[in-house]
Amino acid sequence: MSTGSVEVVYRGIFQKTLAKNICRGIVFAAKNEGKIGIAFGRYSDSPERNGIPAKQFAVVADTEEEMEEHLSRYEPDNNDVTIAADDTLCKGVESWAWYGLQPINKLLTEGGTLLVASTRSADKLIGEIHRKGKPYNLATVKGTASFSGLWVYKDDHTDVRLLGALAKVAPHLVSLDSIVATISDPLKVTSAKKAYDLVESVSVNTDQGNDEVPFEFEMPGWTKMEEGLVIRGMAGQQEVPGRDGGYVPTRNPTFKKFSTRTMRPVVNFDTCTQCKICWLQCPDSCFDITPDGFYDANMEACCGCGVCEAVCPVSQCITMVNEEAFTDNAGQWEMWTKDKESYSGWLSEKISQPPARTHGFHHLGQYAEEIANDPS
Amino acid sequence: MTPPKTATAKKVDIATARAPRAGSEELISGSEAVAHAVRLADVDVITAYPIRPYDTVMQYVSQLIANGEFDCEYIVAESEHSQFEIVKHASAVGARVFCGSSGVGWLYAFEALAVTAGLRLPMVAMVGNRALDDPGAFGVEHNDALAVRDLGWMLAWVATAQEALDTALIAYRVAEDKRVFLPCAISCDGAFLTHSQSIVNVPTQDMVNSFLPPYDRAEKQLHPDNPITIAPQANEDWVMEIRRQSDMAARRARDVIIEAYDDFNAQFGRGGEPFIERYMMEDAEVALVGMGTLAMPVKVAVRKMRERGKKVGFVRVRWFRPFPTIELQDALSGVQAVGVIDRDYSFGASFFGGVLANELRCALYPMANRPAIVSFIAGLGGREVSTDNVIDITSKVLDAANGGDIDDQDTHWIGVRE
Ligand code: SF4
Ligand code: SF4
Repeated sequence: MSTGSVEVVYRGIFQKTLAKNICRGIVFAAKNEGKIGIAFGRYSDSPERNGIPAKQFAVVADTEEEMEEHLSRYEPDNNDVTIAADDTLCKGVESWAWYGLQPINKLLTEGGTLLVASTRSADKLIGEIHRKGKPYNLATVKGTASFSGLWVYKDDHTDVRLLGALAKVAPHLVSLDSIVATISDPLKVTSAKKAYDLVESVSVNTDQGNDEVPFEFEMPGWTKMEEGLVIRGMAGQQEVPGRDGGYVPTRNPTFKKFSTRTMRPVVNFDTCTQCKICWLQCPDSCFDITPDGFYDANMEACCGCGVCEAVCPVSQCITMVNEEAFTDNAGQWEMWTKDKESYSGWLSEKISQPPARTHGFHHLGQYAEEIANDPS
Repeated sequence: MTPPKTATAKKVDIATARAPRAGSEELISGSEAVAHAVRLADVDVITAYPIRPYDTVMQYVSQLIANGEFDCEYIVAESEHSQFEIVKHASAVGARVFCGSSGVGWLYAFEALAVTAGLRLPMVAMVGNRALDDPGAFGVEHNDALAVRDLGWMLAWVATAQEALDTALIAYRVAEDKRVFLPCAISCDGAFLTHSQSIVNVPTQDMVNSFLPPYDRAEKQLHPDNPITIAPQANEDWVMEIRRQSDMAARRARDVIIEAYDDFNAQFGRGGEPFIERYMMEDAEVALVGMGTLAMPVKVAVRKMRERGKKVGFVRVRWFRPFPTIELQDALSGVQAVGVIDRDYSFGASFFGGVLANELRCALYPMANRPAIVSFIAGLGGREVSTDNVIDITSKVLDAANGGDIDDQDTHWIGVRE
């Protein structure tokens, strides 16, 4: 008698079908073993806007009663496996029913496995993932963030590869045989088996990982909230803490959006003409105004949509860079003012890491290029 | 008797016409009485869309405007939904508003009605009670106004044109009180009240001004100098707190209503008891309970029964929301049996009773010596509830009081052809 569950964290809306296919695979595989399976979704923002971290769960149980017990929680908090379908999610997610940044391994049970599709090394990923009070395993399946299953994108077998790897890291949930029995395409069967063989797993101890305390906030009670569904406008301009001059435009300090981001803008302040178009067009009012009149994209607020790069009239002044290239949300203007030369070196190094596959608007013709450059 | 309204309006000195010092006695219908209350409350924005019997109010209001007796933004919308949406927004920017409808027109505005309460906007509306379609019927049933009973709307039922005028003034005072900020609907029985004329004391502007302070939305007013947003998207992490706030406002409304009636009685020398009217209840052994113009045949029947030596009384529910639980427990604590007459239906409800019967049963349940409750449905679609009907009802209630074989687990339809 036992139950088990898998949490699939993915990027809405692009990876929704992928996540659904993984969960369906688990449920059918469980059925093949005479168990009961159920899959359900949770999203943190109005149904899955671009890049929003979203979740689907698959629960497997021996009996109806055990299943009911498991489902009586909104978000299962003791998952045997958490699958991150996009490795930029390892920085944490602003999750449904969670007020702040939820570490990607937060809902993983002790000794469970975080399974990530990534081309990066385990060490690199561990550096990003928040520390967990309990040991767990990190397993990787080689691959970039897949849009497999989304309308025009071709099937790259990511669903069956993650399912194959799952059978390896959690054989008590589903066996490779029962997974394979759910797949009809022989080529995809091969992919699943290959992933089963190739998946690499390392154990992660409590002293490993990002020791930053993820932000959280308190929700006010009904006696503290203003009545009449009134939300006060904020002061138009706020001072930047620790900065003499300049200001932060009106922005909700609680609702951060950076866990939505898979790419981020870097700004070349040496070529910027201070035309303020980026500041005007950014949909999330991300650009802080610096004391010397520059526009500094705040990385707590930026959702990585790519609009600023698209509208900036100066060639290569704003460039979107793969989020993987960064480990913190540090401000760029500060870095530039401190040491312009080393900033220039930093900038070229970052620009050499373009987004692997964007989920936001990047530039015209981007889709055609992505298809042409897609190695899978 | 004073000449009809059109004649008074011809006076050159409009200021005098609007504010006769001692009040005037007018022969007016319930709808006209509401229109006068709206004028006296100096409402800023009114929207209209015709549906019988509410449309009589919009006619009288437009007449007052055309005669130069009243000044306001008067907008004829293209549907009830827009009609209520417009005043909802006007209320948010700080305008005192009035609106109204009947039957399915009221239901067509349902989305706007729900958000008006949710946003805590103190709209005052008049519902000319009308049967819901189908079948298309003009006569009174209370289901239209009752449809919003769970949403935060305060609901009053009136029995006379005088009461309609007075209640409308009280409604503005209660709804716009900062402790409440909830909308209020005044239900007037179609035809029996909306189209029946009686002598009404129309108070002076000064009297009303000293009773009704201006609407002040203060820091909740939508205004460029007060940058706020209202009506955001709020998910499961906020909704329950928001509902709890509305719940508290509805609870606080009780005290505010009592205060308003105290003041109204003191200043106008009338108004009566808040929430309920007790008729011959001092020594009553059985009681009838109902709402609206039903009071008239019921009071006649009560007197006839008294002549026969039966100790019968009547409790008229004047406010359905907030529901007068305490007052009804108090009024009915001494009686052996209660007959509730619903001019509405709630098909498939407990004991197949109407809305009032089940609400009352619920209110009396915690009482140690709760009376037997017999539930009746009568007067649907505007059908006459005759004195004989009420005598028939009373006999059944007396039967229940005396342990007779009347079935109090069922609901009795009165005046329906078999
Ligand atoms: S990518 Fe640019 S435009 Fe988009 S949110 Fe970030 S700073 Fe704003
Ligand atoms: S749009 Fe480009 S050039 Fe204009 S202010 Fe922004 S970064 Fe500078």
